[in-house]
Amino acid sequence: MIQYIKNIWAGLSSSFIGMKITWKHLFVKKVTIQYPDQRFTLPEKARNRLYLEMSKCNGCNSCAIACPVNCITVETIRVSPNDPQQEVHFNGKDRKLWVSRYEIDFAKCCYCGLCTAACPSDAINHTTEYEYSEYKRENLVYKFQTLTPEQVIEKERLLAEFRTQEKVCHPETDKKPADNKTADKTTE
Amino acid sequence: MENVNFLYDLLGRNIISVVLVISLPLMFVLVYALVAILAELKVSAWIQERLGPMRTGPWGIMQPIAEVVKLIQKEDITPDKSSKLLYNLAPFIIFTGAYAAFAVIPFSEYFVPAGINLGLFYIFAVGSISAIGIVMGGWASNNKYSLMGAMRSVAQLISYEVPAAMAVLSIVVLASTMNMQEINKLQTGWFWNWFIFGGPGTLAKIWVIPFTLGLGLIYFISSLAETNRVPFDIPEGESELVAGFHTEYGGMKFAMFFFAEYANMFVVAAVLTTIFLGGWNSPFNTFMQGPFWGVFWFVSKAFSVVLVQIWIRWTLPRFRVDQLMYIGWKVLLPLSFICFMAISLFVMLK
Amino acid sequence: MSDKKRLDLEYSQLESDRMRINVGPQHPSTHGVLRLEVEVEGEIVTEVVPHLGYLHRCFEKHCEKMTYPQVLPYIDRLDYISAMNNEWPYVMALEKLMDIKVPDKVEYIRVIMAELNRIANHQIAVATFGLDAGAFTPFLFFFRDREYIIWILEKMSGARLLYNYFRVGGLAADVYPGFKEDCLNIVKQVRKTNAEVMDLLIYNKIFIQRSANVGILMPDVAINFACSGPVLRGSGVKYDLRKDEPYSIYDRFDFDIPVGTGEVGVVGDCWNRNIVRVYEMEQSCRIIEQAVAQMPDEGDVKALVPKRIRPPKGEVYMRAENPKGDLGFYIVSNGTDKPERIKARGSSFVNLSVIPEISKGYMFADLILILGSIDIVLGEVDR
Repeated sequence: MIQYIKNIWAGLSSSFIGMKITWKHLFVKKVTIQYPDQRFTLPEKARNRLYLEMSKCNGCNSCAIACPVNCITVETIRVSPNDPQQEVHFNGKDRKLWVSRYEIDFAKCCYCGLCTAACPSDAINHTTEYEYSEYKRENLVYKFQTLTPEQVIEKERLLAEFRTQEKVCHPETDKKPADNKTADKTTE
Repeated sequence: MENVNFLYDLLGRNIISVVLVISLPLMFVLVYALVAILAELKVSAWIQERLGPMRTGPWGIMQPIAEVVKLIQKEDITPDKSSKLLYNLAPFIIFTGAYAAFAVIPFSEYFVPAGINLGLFYIFAVGSISAIGIVMGGWASNNKYSLMGAMRSVAQLISYEVPAAMAVLSIVVLASTMNMQEINKLQTGWFWNWFIFGGPGTLAKIWVIPFTLGLGLIYFISSLAETNRVPFDIPEGESELVAGFHTEYGGMKFAMFFFAEYANMFVVAAVLTTIFLGGWNSPFNTFMQGPFWGVFWFVSKAFSVVLVQIWIRWTLPRFRVDQLMYIGWKVLLPLSFICFMAISLFVMLK
Repeated sequence: MSDKKRLDLEYSQLESDRMRINVGPQHPSTHGVLRLEVEVEGEIVTEVVPHLGYLHRCFEKHCEKMTYPQVLPYIDRLDYISAMNNEWPYVMALEKLMDIKVPDKVEYIRVIMAELNRIANHQIAVATFGLDAGAFTPFLFFFRDREYIIWILEKMSGARLLYNYFRVGGLAADVYPGFKEDCLNIVKQVRKTNAEVMDLLIYNKIFIQRSANVGILMPDVAINFACSGPVLRGSGVKYDLRKDEPYSIYDRFDFDIPVGTGEVGVVGDCWNRNIVRVYEMEQSCRIIEQAVAQMPDEGDVKALVPKRIRPPKGEVYMRAENPKGDLGFYIVSNGTDKPERIKARGSSFVNLSVIPEISKGYMFADLILILGSIDIVLGEVDR
């Protein structure tokens, strides 16, 4: 009988204690914010949408290799020495490869940050941009190449020209392994 | 007790005034339900240190309207294997049960839709209709969760009618009337004349105050169970039964369930107000006492009770089925009997 | 019912029909896409059969196609609530295999990160357990605090949930200025909220009624089922890898292992399993305080590791105390930069297997609570 009354009392009193706590919380400052109007500032390290600085990219493909979900596609063309347009990298060296295609599929990207760590020239970086939903999946494939398709055709033509020239002058250079590698990458 | 209805005095007893008398509480219920939904949203948000809805209208006060509009727009779905007639009928029966109780609720000294002498009895009779609606809805949905919710609901409603009725009956003994308007009139004066403080009378009533206070609490707890509110919301029990008896309902039919729940909350709050908290009486004797102030006092008292219900909902966890039965039959019922006996004894000796 | 049947109906045969209910995979309280096939008699549960595989992602097979660093983001997605703790045993396993000595500062940061994440995980566990019992408000109190913890983790790693912060032989990034103060503030906030929730939820009579004496897991059964983590400790078995098999630098800290004491209910019931988590939060707070005090300020966060990770041929098994139990990684290396085989021993998966054992005979509403008290994450169950 005593236990019975104790139980009833415990039930009532603990409920009142709970109600007291919730009552106090009615009047404290609210922690939520009005999202589209107010935002939290993201830390600088925040890993959100990737951005590639094409002027820094040397087309080494190491980001695509490091990516665990294969969301980065890189295609490159060797710079022909005959090309009238020559670029100098941020580190002072000449550009060896034209990046004809650099696409990141953000529908696949898992924002792990392995590509930024792998990049030797700090070209690919995370931004703090996180609102980029799209109605179509194709729109999530971001293209970072700066060359237009016409330019790409032009560069390929120049390279082919250069190669035929080289073949005429030094036929043995055709079998250089570096050349093969680039050619493979282009066809991939 | 002839004319307690100002509309009949004003317009005479004709068809227009009858329709008006019937539709006034309906208007009230619709407006009240919107306010109560907003209160639920906002109180829950504030308790949880959130802002709550803020986008629709200033401070989000149009949110309930937006929600109702959304529900109206939704496709009216009837599950393929359901029992169609019962499925479609259930929300209306529940709402009818909730709304019918408004017939005897005295909003003011001069306005009660139907001032019948068995008001309290009528409320209990009509209040049980919603159980039928819940069973119909739960069974007709042809869903196991709904069926379980409906079974639980019936068991709960039946068990908690008893202590609630005992609590009300004790006050009926004290007031010796079942007419809600009469009970209100007895409590005129200062707030210590309310029945929760023993009702009107000499200092001798001090013996009865603990019992009436307890009865008030008992009625409040059982009314929570009758309206399926937390901590007694096991028919809906979202964590195990998804949404209980209205799992399969959507759109306007779900809105009917929703309205019925809030209407029911007001009904029990109104009964509590009428029989324990002095109804339309001002707490301070003649201060702000009058027919129009009566509406104000009544609605604000009842709404405060509704707010307490909301407050409890966002504080307490949910009971289990057997614990619910335990509390109903083994705690509330004996206690209400003790209080009933004590009050009867008091009335006999007085 | 046929006439013949009606005739020979006896009292003993007056058994109601048993009903089979599918709880999940879409159900508000199965904590993911778990499906429980439940047989109930009225409200009493007579049989529970868990069906898994709705979130199966071929993690182990997939790892064989990837280089060692590429596996890390996938490990985050095992127990996505405590990703820092997940990465740790994998990274430690590789370090053991490659025989790398990790700098002291890295160890301290790892301990702080793991303990912060443990608090975050236990907050979710206790919060969702309360939610299963119907208490909504503590859920959001805990989520408010978890947000502060996540801010720290985000500032450190850059991501809110799937950190990919640990590296073989180090960390992805160094601490930011003001990290220590943030940690100490969090500890204060966690303690304040815990004290409040103790009153609001844990010692609430209704909550005690619901969770005490429900789903009793006896210590011998728990050991036979290879349970670990708070599920095992709730049954009164004092087993914690941080003490029993001290890895990293856990032997430098002073902390206790809370076990279920049967203060309310019996040892091994839902309430005790839950309270162990609350006490563990306090122990994690203590570890964080000590680690912050001892942590060296200077130093690199990366040991000397070759750029391409090629562990020598061999195999290694490393386990660590995850918030949910032991998480072990068995790695077979064939000397290349891709693993031959990776096997993960998920604690959620093992702990889930006791559900049919301990939930028979309780009510349907209790089954949900038992599931909540075991605290599973389907990402780790299905892998």
